[in-house]
Amino acid sequence: MGDKTMSADEVVSRLQSGMTLGIGGWGSRRKPMTLVRALLRTDITDLTVVSYGGPDVGMLAAAGRIRKLVTAFVTLDSIPLEPHYRAARERAGFELTEVDEGMFLSGLRAAAHRLPFLPVRAGLGSDVMRINPHLKTITSPYEDGETLVAMPALWMDAALIHMSRADRLGNGQYLGPDPYFDDLFCAAADAAYVSCERIVDTAELTKAAPPQSLLLKRLAVTGVVEAPNGAHFTSCSPDYDRDEEFQRLYATTPWPEFAERFLGPAEEAYRAAVRKWRKEQAG
Amino acid sequence: MSTPETADTRAPLSPPTRAEYCVIACAEAWRGAGEILASPMGLVPSLGARLARLTFAPDLLLTDGEALLVGPDGTPEGWLPYRQHLELVAGGRRHVMMGASQIDRYGNQNISCIGDWSHPRRQLLGMRGAPLNTLNNPTSYWIPRHSRRVFVERVDVVCGVGYDRAAGLGDAARFHGLGRVVSDLGAFDFATPDHSMRLASLHPGVSVEQVREATGFALTVPDEVPRTREPEEAELRLIREVLDPAGARTREVPEAARG
Repeated sequence: MGDKTMSADEVVSRLQSGMTLGIGGWGSRRKPMTLVRALLRTDITDLTVVSYGGPDVGMLAAAGRIRKLVTAFVTLDSIPLEPHYRAARERAGFELTEVDEGMFLSGLRAAAHRLPFLPVRAGLGSDVMRINPHLKTITSPYEDGETLVAMPALWMDAALIHMSRADRLGNGQYLGPDPYFDDLFCAAADAAYVSCERIVDTAELTKAAPPQSLLLKRLAVTGVVEAPNGAHFTSCSPDYDRDEEFQRLYATTPWPEFAERFLGPAEEAYRAAVRKWRKEQAG
Repeated sequence: MSTPETADTRAPLSPPTRAEYCVIACAEAWRGAGEILASPMGLVPSLGARLARLTFAPDLLLTDGEALLVGPDGTPEGWLPYRQHLELVAGGRRHVMMGASQIDRYGNQNISCIGDWSHPRRQLLGMRGAPLNTLNNPTSYWIPRHSRRVFVERVDVVCGVGYDRAAGLGDAARFHGLGRVVSDLGAFDFATPDHSMRLASLHPGVSVEQVREATGFALTVPDEVPRTREPEEAELRLIREVLDPAGARTREVPEAARG
């Protein structure tokens, strides 16, 4: 059993331009933002990003790193429309595969099960079929003969995930109320990189939390990064809520200005810039 | 539900506001729904669902907006993370009230973008769960500002499936059904022979002309249009004292904005 700990920079050193990248979490909730920021510090681009989108998508789109996005929505939750995503989309900055939330889930499941597709009813009758001409339908081979959408598997070269806790072996734990779809992202990806608030001894994982909080199994995890506050400014319950004030700043600051001010040469520079901003707010 | 104390010991209630009629009209979406999940999106629908749960639809299930099913006082009674929520939608035991950036006469709804999808003039949320919702469980809509920009002849992108498109799907749409559309002007349903939108009730103070003027398609208007029902005193107290004591509903539906 290997020690899989690595740094965020080491994670992104294993990624390449042109890859398909899955990003866990949901909207502005438990997004692997430290890993996304590390990615933004590289020149990796031309990505296909698969995400229930939040500021992860907003930032990568604003920075021009996305060639193609696969999503059902992009939102900051408390701010319904993600302004940087909107701006990028309105200037036709990337290709878009827009599907329904349930179809997206079926795509994750198909990939995790190594199936080419899974049938779903969602999508029929809506413009999902018009705007995604590559989507095909399939007829039930049983006597009902129902026509369903054949949602293709959402394969990924790599998945980026943020967890509450993990051990050095890659067992990942969420302590918040919702696992989102992070285990499926890991199963759908060739390599899964998991940041966490704290790396703890394996025995520590089940001392204060039930075993069903152990969402990620080490067999599906490639690398583990200790990243305290690694979902900031998205929520990572119960360790912290969404930083609404900072999210508002993100949403109202032109991207070049935000990137200049907060996306310095390292994660420590980000933390320092956030601390400085907070002090300015207080003073 | 605990019985409200006798009303005569309290100060008399001021008349219902437009926002409160909207809450009542939203609550009515879940009347008779039974033991299913109510999924309200937005403030006024949330107040409506919780009001229904506290009064005439006590079997409803409600979430805390995250992953818990909670009773009216916030006591958790179940777990509903997103993956289970999506499965529950597919199983149909749910009535959702979504928003709509555009809606047409057959109830086709758009929350994806405005303009040509390939080059949108205004990017909005995206499809979200609208295609899944509308093919699997009853769906209603809440529109806080009734206007021709929202009630359009044709939506730019069909996210939520309307009756005309559902009809074209035949048996695959057997679980399709739209409940009601509630706006700041009135409540609407699809109880017409071709399932096109009909004015079901006007909120007090609103005229048929006003609704016609703010609607971008020809609406079916019955000869006698009922008024949205009056809230009962107990309902009004629940809205004002229990569900929304801070009065956030008035920010979503301002009192003076409409004549």
